[in-house]
Amino acid sequence: MPYQLNGTVVEHDEEGYIQELDKWSKELAELIAEDEKIEMTDEHWEVVNFLRDYYEEYQIAPAVRVLIKAIKKSMGKDKGNNKYLYTLFPYGPAKQACKIAGLPKPTGCV
Amino acid sequence: MSADAQVPESDDRKKFLYVNRRAPYGTIYALESLEVVLIGAAFDQDVSIAFFDDGVYQILKNQDTSGIGMKNFSPTYRALGDYEVTKLYVEKESLDERGLSPDDLMEITYEDEDDDWEEKPSIRVVERAKLSEIMAEQDVILSF
Repeated sequence: MPYQLNGTVVEHDEEGYIQELDKWSKELAELIAEDEKIEMTDEHWEVVNFLRDYYEEYQIAPAVRVLIKAIKKSMGKDKGNNKYLYTLFPYGPAKQACKIAGLPKPTGCV
Repeated sequence: MSADAQVPESDDRKKFLYVNRRAPYGTIYALESLEVVLIGAAFDQDVSIAFFDDGVYQILKNQDTSGIGMKNFSPTYRALGDYEVTKLYVEKESLDERGLSPDDLMEITYEDEDDDWEEKPSIRVVERAKLSEIMAEQDVILSF
């Protein structure tokens, strides 16, 4: 079923990734997160915003190990590690956070 | 570098070369090649990429696809360093034949883990004869 937000309908693929990236909004992100059983905190937003910036710069949603390395470089090793990121996004930081960030499924994620 | 970051060289680690000979837009080859490189990079092989013939246009700087309604995926080449793909060979003769110089190419860099994360250029312009040698050293060559 498509995401429904304030009367507008946003289509997604069979895994929940939205199809038109420019339909994304913070409200939609909250809605997708709800579907993923994630309550968005500042820490979640930090990762989601980081992914959106990465996509803006490189036009690609990074694979999980690339994401972890990039976060480690930009925010330090307290955040750039598997444990921290999997605690925030239990079903995979790249997969889940990309979905919430309105990006395609990470490249290199098979 | 910490000890746990060291991956032992194993026998099944092969040298992969992805060969790009076509212009970036108009066909799907360039984009498909790039995606295969990124997916393949997850399997810890020794990956390099070669650009020759019209393939050199793939890494030209200041690409603008607004007139053709296709996504400009050229920024993604700059992410290759993050995927530990650090060897991008460009054939000098192909540049010359098209009136291009290395300055016309994007700046693509990687951070060298073994050298205090120093940023280094990934693009290596090589002559045809050298590129043949590089190709002869490969275990697997995939041509796009």
